[in-house]
Amino acid sequence: MIALYLLLLTPLVGIGYFAVTGHLDDTGKLNSAFNLVGFLVSVALAVKVLNIGTLYSSGQAFLVDSFNVYLIVLTAFVGLTTSIFSGPYMAHEKELGKLSERRLKLYYSMYQGFMLAMYLVLTTNNMGMMWVAMEGATLATVLLVSLYRTPESIEAAWKYFILCGVGIAQALFGTILLYYAAVQIGDSENALLWSVLYEHADQLNQDILNIAFVFMLIGYGTKIGLVPLHNWLPDAHSEGPTPMSAVLSGLLLNDALYAVVRNKMLVDGATQGNMAGQLMMGFGLLSFLVAALFLHRQKDIKRLFSYSSIEHMGVMTFAFGMGGPLATFAALLHMTVHSLTKSAIFVTVGHAAQLAGTQNVDKIRGLIRTQPSIGWGLLIGTVAIAGFPPFGVFTSEFLVLLATMHLYPWLAPLLLLGIGIAFAGLFKHIQPMVYGEIPEGQSPIHANLWPVIIHLALVLWLGLAIPGFLANWFSQATLLISGSAPL
Amino acid sequence: MNIEQQDFYTQAILSMSALVGLASFLMLGQGRLLRLIFVFAIQGLLLTLSTAVAAYSLHNPHLYISAGLTLVLKVLFIPWMLRRQVLAMAMHRDVEALQNKTLVMLGGAGLTVFSYYVLHPVVQTASTVMVNALAVSLSVVLLGMLLMISHRQAVAHVVGFMSIENGLFFAAIVATNGMPMVVELGVAFDVLVAAILFGIFFLHIRTSIDSLDVDRLNRLNEVDQ
Repeated sequence: MIALYLLLLTPLVGIGYFAVTGHLDDTGKLNSAFNLVGFLVSVALAVKVLNIGTLYSSGQAFLVDSFNVYLIVLTAFVGLTTSIFSGPYMAHEKELGKLSERRLKLYYSMYQGFMLAMYLVLTTNNMGMMWVAMEGATLATVLLVSLYRTPESIEAAWKYFILCGVGIAQALFGTILLYYAAVQIGDSENALLWSVLYEHADQLNQDILNIAFVFMLIGYGTKIGLVPLHNWLPDAHSEGPTPMSAVLSGLLLNDALYAVVRNKMLVDGATQGNMAGQLMMGFGLLSFLVAALFLHRQKDIKRLFSYSSIEHMGVMTFAFGMGGPLATFAALLHMTVHSLTKSAIFVTVGHAAQLAGTQNVDKIRGLIRTQPSIGWGLLIGTVAIAGFPPFGVFTSEFLVLLATMHLYPWLAPLLLLGIGIAFAGLFKHIQPMVYGEIPEGQSPIHANLWPVIIHLALVLWLGLAIPGFLANWFSQATLLISGSAPL
Repeated sequence: MNIEQQDFYTQAILSMSALVGLASFLMLGQGRLLRLIFVFAIQGLLLTLSTAVAAYSLHNPHLYISAGLTLVLKVLFIPWMLRRQVLAMAMHRDVEALQNKTLVMLGGAGLTVFSYYVLHPVVQTASTVMVNALAVSLSVVLLGMLLMISHRQAVAHVVGFMSIENGLFFAAIVATNGMPMVVELGVAFDVLVAAILFGIFFLHIRTSIDSLDVDRLNRLNEVDQ
C-alpha cells in the first residue's frame, strides 16, 4: 500500500517543488526524475497486484485492481517519456523567445498537477472523488493550453475550459443520481465507493441508474472527445505546447474512458438490458466515422492528429460498448497501443513543427531529406496509427472487427469504411510532408527521439507477440469487466 | 396532498426550490451584467439557506460546513470577483441586447418541463417533494447552459457556469442530504480554483481581443476561409 501513497505523493511534491523553486536550468531533468519515480513505483504496484490480486487502502478510499493497474503503469510510462521529450523541447521554445521563465515554472508545476489528477482518477474508489480529480485535470491543463498567450491559444483554452467544465458538470449530476440510488439500499457513508456499489449492483434501482449513466456518458464523454462533444479537442491540442498534446491524447482521453467503463460496469450489474452498451456503441461509431471524414480537411498538423485521436477513442468506446470478452480485450489493447503510438507521434510532430517553423500541413515539406530521424519517425508512426500490420494497432483493430462480425455483422462494413477513409486522410497529408523537396533554409535541429523509438518498438512488439504477463494481465482485466475470459 | 400538511422541512425545501428556479429564470432574461451577478448571489444565498435548513432539520452537522462554504464562495467571493471585473472593464452601463428574448424564455420553460419528464422514472422511489426538487435542480443546470448560449459576454458565461454548479449542489442537498464530506470539499475546491482561473482568463482575453465578448473568439474553426 505504501507504493500507492508514494505514487500520489510524488507528483504532489513535484507541484510544490516546481512552484517554489521556479524555473532553473535543470528543471526539465528534475521533472523527468519525478516522473521516473512515479513510473518505478507504478511498476512495483503492478507486480504486487499481479501477485496478490486487488488491493484496497484502509477505509477503501483507494482501489487498485487488474483493470486500473495497467492504466496506471501506462500513464506513468507515457508521462515519463513525454517529460524526457519536453525538457529540451521547452528549452528550445524558451530560446525562441516564445516562453518566459515564469510560464515555464507554471508549465512544470502543472505538468505534475496533471499527473496527480490522472493518478487520482485511476486509483480512487470513490466515484465522487473520481469526478473531482477529472475536473482537476481540466483545471491543471487549461492554463497550459493558453501557455503561449496568442489570441488563438486563449480562445482554445477558453473553449476547453467552458466546454469541459459544463460537460463534466453533467457527470456530477449523474454521480449524484448514482449516490441517490445507492443511499436507498444502504449506509450513506460508503455509498459512493465503487467496490461497495459493484457488490450491491443488482439491488440498485435500474431506472435511476439508466438516467445516471446517460449523464455520465455525456459528461465524461466530453473529455473523451466523443462527437458531437468534441469541439474543444482539436483546438486544445493544436494550440497548446506539444508535450501537452501528447499527454492529453495519450492519457486524459484514456482516463475519461476509464471513468465511463467503471460506471458501465455498475449499470450492467443493475440492469438487464444493454442500454449503456448500446449508447456507447452509437456514440463511438459516430465519433469514429465523423473524425475519419474530418481528417481530410485539416490544415494544421496537430489538429490532424487530434482528429485521429477522436477516431481511435471512438473505436475504443464502440468496443467497450459492444461488451463481451473479445471486444473488451481488444479495447484494452487498443487503449495501450493508441496511447503509445499517439504520444510518439505528437513528440515527432513537435520536432517537425520546430524544424519547419510552422504547424501548417501545406508548408512542412521534405522532412526525410532534412532530418531522416524525424521524417521516418513521423512516417512509421503514421503507418502504425493507421492500423498497418505488424504494429499493435492493427492487432487491436482487427480484434474489434472480429468481435463486431460475431456480434453485429451489419456494423462491420461501416468500421472497414471508416478505417479506409481515415487511412486515406492521414496519408494524403503525411506523404508530401515526409517526402517532397526541402524548403529553403530548413536545417536539422537538435532532437531527442528516444521516446519515439521506445514507444514504436513497444507497439511493434505488441503487434508481433503480446508478452505472456501482459496477455495474462489483459485477460484478468477482461474477466473483471466483461465477466468471462477472452481465450 | 396539500403543502400545508407537509412537515416544516418539506415545505421549506419546496419553497426554496421554487425560488432557486425563479432565480435562474431571472438570470436568463437579464441583460445588465451587474444585476445578473446580483441575482446569482441571491441564488447562492438561497442555496445557503436550504443547506442550513437541511442541516437543522436532519440534524446533520456536516451540512453546516457546506452551507458555510457556499456562503463564502458563491455569495461573497465569486460575485465580488465578477463585479470587480465588470467595473474594471467599465461594462456596468452596457445593456446586452438579447436576441429572441421571448424565445429564450419559452425555451427555458420547455427545459423545465423536459427536466420533469426526464426524472419521471424516479417517482417510484421518492416522495413527490423529492422529484420536484430534483427536477428543479436539473432545470437549473439546463437553464445555466441556455444562459451561456444566449449571452455573449464572458462574464455571463461564468455566471452560467457557476449557476450550473448551483443546480448540482442543490440536487445533492435535496436528493441525498449532501454528498460525503470529502467529495463536497473536493467539489468546493474545484469551484474555487475554477473561479480563480476565470479571473486570470478575463485578463488574458481582455489583453488579447480588448473586450470580453466571446463572439469575437472565432479564429479557430473548421470552416474554410
